[in-house]
Amino acid sequence: MNNSGTLKITTPSEREVAMIRVFDAPRHLVFEAWTKPDLVKRWLWGPDDWRLAVCKMNLKPGGGLRFVWRHDNGQEMGMSGAFREIAPPDRLVFTEIWDEDWTDGETLVTIVFSEHAGKTTLTQTVLYSSREARDAALKTGMEHGAAVSYDRLAELLKS
Amino acid sequence: MMETLQALAEPNRFQIIELLRDGPRPVGDMVHRLGLRQPQVSKHLRVLSDAGLVDVRVDAQRRIYALRAAPLKELEDWIERYRRIWEGNFQRLDGVLHELKAKEKKRGRTKR
Repeated sequence: MNNSGTLKITTPSEREVAMIRVFDAPRHLVFEAWTKPDLVKRWLWGPDDWRLAVCKMNLKPGGGLRFVWRHDNGQEMGMSGAFREIAPPDRLVFTEIWDEDWTDGETLVTIVFSEHAGKTTLTQTVLYSSREARDAALKTGMEHGAAVSYDRLAELLKS
Repeated sequence: MMETLQALAEPNRFQIIELLRDGPRPVGDMVHRLGLRQPQVSKHLRVLSDAGLVDVRVDAQRRIYALRAAPLKELEDWIERYRRIWEGNFQRLDGVLHELKAKEKKRGRTKR
């Protein structure tokens, strides 16, 4: 299961989580795969059976974005946001907030695509409203459609 | 778990945990390495101890701190879960990129 090695997760500051991953493709393609809804739908899923069912992106500064993940059992969870910066192929910045606001306010996502010898290093940083919000997100693993275990979290907090 | 995360969320305490990963250390050694004052370090150690993250033993006049494995294991499990989700996503993205590369190559060929 653990063919990780390549995915690095760090906490650069109290309010941030960053992920760094290298892809064997030039950055204009990685940028494309992050910004074309039909492509995004194919990979940006949650855990288990949560698939990205709705993906709308109005790719311009101030333009909206909308993601909805759907479970096989019919449950849905969604998030909305707005683009702050679109600089193909090296930078993408947007805000996002879950419909249920699990993260105590919106988060700011900054994605940097840097290329070296035909490979792209993706650095994806999420800035939360507070340290507590970040820790909660990390704990439940529910960043970006990874929103499975809200019930499990509730259980855990009860115990 | 909340306690573990809150204890670790403070950068200096996180540093202390990182230091202790290499093995038990006396307080004085950590004061030196962190560049903090002794009372500050002691305060952080107390929080970590209350959260069950570290144990202390007294050796002559020195207080030696060591990591307790269990709560950290729990935290690592959470991060591991987060990691697995994203690894799944990025592996699917690998597949998408492979396809885009092949398409681009094909387009390049037909253009010529």
